[in-house]
Amino acid sequence: MSLALDVAAGAVGGGTSILYAALGETISERAGIINLGTEGCMLVGALTGYAVAAMSGNPWIGVVAGAGAGGALAALHAMLVIERKASQLASGLVMLFLGLGITSLFGGSFVSRTIHAFTPIALPGLSRIPGLGKILFNHDPLTYLSFLAAPAIWWLLFRSRWGLLIRGAGERGEVLAAYGYSPKLIQYLAVVAGGALAGVGGAQLSTAYANSWFEGMTAGRGFIAVALVIFAGWDPLKAVAGAYLFGAALALSPALQARGYALNQFALDALPYVITILVLVFLSRKRLHAAPEGLIRTLANAPVR
Amino acid sequence: MRARRVVAALSAVVALVGAACSSNVSSGAGSGPSSSSSATGAPGLGGSAIGFIFVGPKNDFGYNQAAYDGSQAVKAAYPNLKVLTAENVPEDDNATRVMNSMISQGAKIIFATSYGHLNPAEAVAAQHPDVVVVQQGNLIPTSTAIPKNMGTYFGTVYEPVYLAGIAAGKATKTNKLGYVYAFPISQSIDNIDAFELGAQSVNPAAKTSVVNTSAWCDPGKQTLAASSLLSQGVDVITQHQDCTSTIIKATEAAGKYSVGYHADASSLAPKGWLTGSEWNWGPLYTDIVKTVLAGSFTGSKYNANYRVGYKTGDNPFVQSKFGPSVSDDTKALIATAKTALGQPDGSPFKGPVMDQSGKVIPGFEAGKVPDYATIESLTTFVQGIVGQIPKS
Repeated sequence: MSLALDVAAGAVGGGTSILYAALGETISERAGIINLGTEGCMLVGALTGYAVAAMSGNPWIGVVAGAGAGGALAALHAMLVIERKASQLASGLVMLFLGLGITSLFGGSFVSRTIHAFTPIALPGLSRIPGLGKILFNHDPLTYLSFLAAPAIWWLLFRSRWGLLIRGAGERGEVLAAYGYSPKLIQYLAVVAGGALAGVGGAQLSTAYANSWFEGMTAGRGFIAVALVIFAGWDPLKAVAGAYLFGAALALSPALQARGYALNQFALDALPYVITILVLVFLSRKRLHAAPEGLIRTLANAPVR
Repeated sequence: MRARRVVAALSAVVALVGAACSSNVSSGAGSGPSSSSSATGAPGLGGSAIGFIFVGPKNDFGYNQAAYDGSQAVKAAYPNLKVLTAENVPEDDNATRVMNSMISQGAKIIFATSYGHLNPAEAVAAQHPDVVVVQQGNLIPTSTAIPKNMGTYFGTVYEPVYLAGIAAGKATKTNKLGYVYAFPISQSIDNIDAFELGAQSVNPAAKTSVVNTSAWCDPGKQTLAASSLLSQGVDVITQHQDCTSTIIKATEAAGKYSVGYHADASSLAPKGWLTGSEWNWGPLYTDIVKTVLAGSFTGSKYNANYRVGYKTGDNPFVQSKFGPSVSDDTKALIATAKTALGQPDGSPFKGPVMDQSGKVIPGFEAGKVPDYATIESLTTFVQGIVGQIPKS
């Protein structure tokens, strides 16, 4: 397979878990709540997904449970910041450490378990398209679902009444309240949905992509997802591009090495993060104007500016 | 001022991360007495516990599981001593902290079982002359004197890996083998070289492609590494990673052959499993403890950079069982090679050994049988390996 195809296919496969988390965080931040604990939601999703798949024998049940676990952790975050007015950034970090802690506590016995994992399915017809077939249509079912999830969430946010309410809660909650809606309830739902999607991302990593559970296996992908949301200007479709860009940066190093290229692998390992930083440096000032107003208020009031 | 606040906030986060990543020491019973140093002089005596620290989880199908199993063998051999174990201990100041905490719980013997635990182990040994600290896999530089209460130990990991290379060289149909490793440390370089040399010894056309992941356990990166190698026509994959199941499962799913490392994972690859190399630490750990408790650690073979292999017959690194596809012919070749490694002039690295450019590597000239120290300081890939050692 050519280098470009190899990297592109790896980008889609490796970027999917990040994509789910970024889509979820987009919904949450559109409602005005940033969740730095996305990494923690991914971890509990990865473990719960794997554990339930191991016990039930069905990875789909695992993914649903993973979504539930990610959503439950996010619900705790929502309660702290919406009801108790805790700092969103501090609470998010607490969720991260809580996620690390509980998965480490309960995950040990599942490291050596095996599951009926999701396997790549070549879509009939589509997978025969030269180039694109290999890149897009030879993946696990959760990756195909993510192809549908991104436009569906875009439609939800920008074309549906629900989306108007979510964005309203993130911009001016008091206006919603004046019209008789509960901005709190909408924020709760958005944050939980965000955590659930992060949980699906984690479960995709454990039950489909890597087919194993190990402590801390998300290795920072949740943080990348949070950064991607800003990079994507809170737009789910642009988040797709960001997730695959990061996936491609991850896939480049093994693809080059497998072909025996002489290169500085340490520099290549840093590449995904360098790309993320550069994108943030060049885009964030402009992008921040596109941020939901509620989020700007949150960030402006935060101790770290 | 803003920058300073950012720095303060960041350091708070770093401190939090450090605290979260550090592990709790778990012990079989309640916390023991914090005994004072023994008066007899010999280090390691008078303790009520033995401490083991691991860099990863105790059931990773890999390196840490093997070390943990070894610690349980010690527990069985010395039921009167508490065996303290700590998983997921990072290779930094946290390791020092965990070891000190074990000492305060009565440990007088500490096993620091990861390559990167050497510096913390040296620090703890210097602080506590009455405690024996042994480190697994690294080398105390011979330029510095080895402290009376320290030592390193390891098996010659590359010997069974060489034998596994023979199985791989005979099994491959594409003559392309793949090796996934984490960092270009000497242990990994030795293994990769030995694997290729073993394969070459029975199949001169066999080449080994290498991919590093810059992590001991990042399953997402392992999946990418395996799929990159498979897409290049590699049909036998082996690895030097702490968690091994992701790559073995991916290779099995692709219908290709697996060579294991650290532990017997043949159950994960019922069709494609060839063989592998795995640890059996129990006897060595127990012997080290026995030596310490006899009061004779200082000056013993363990108070050094101790290495064992097939020559002495008690290598803690042994060959895993064969998979169903390995032919009797291959098994016979491996048995012959194993006997040869046990001879005085037997070594996977018996000269001449050529580097990737075809030049003889200094120290590995024709007819030379390099010693363990020479082999463990190898910094080059041998001829037949596709890929470069990353330079920092």
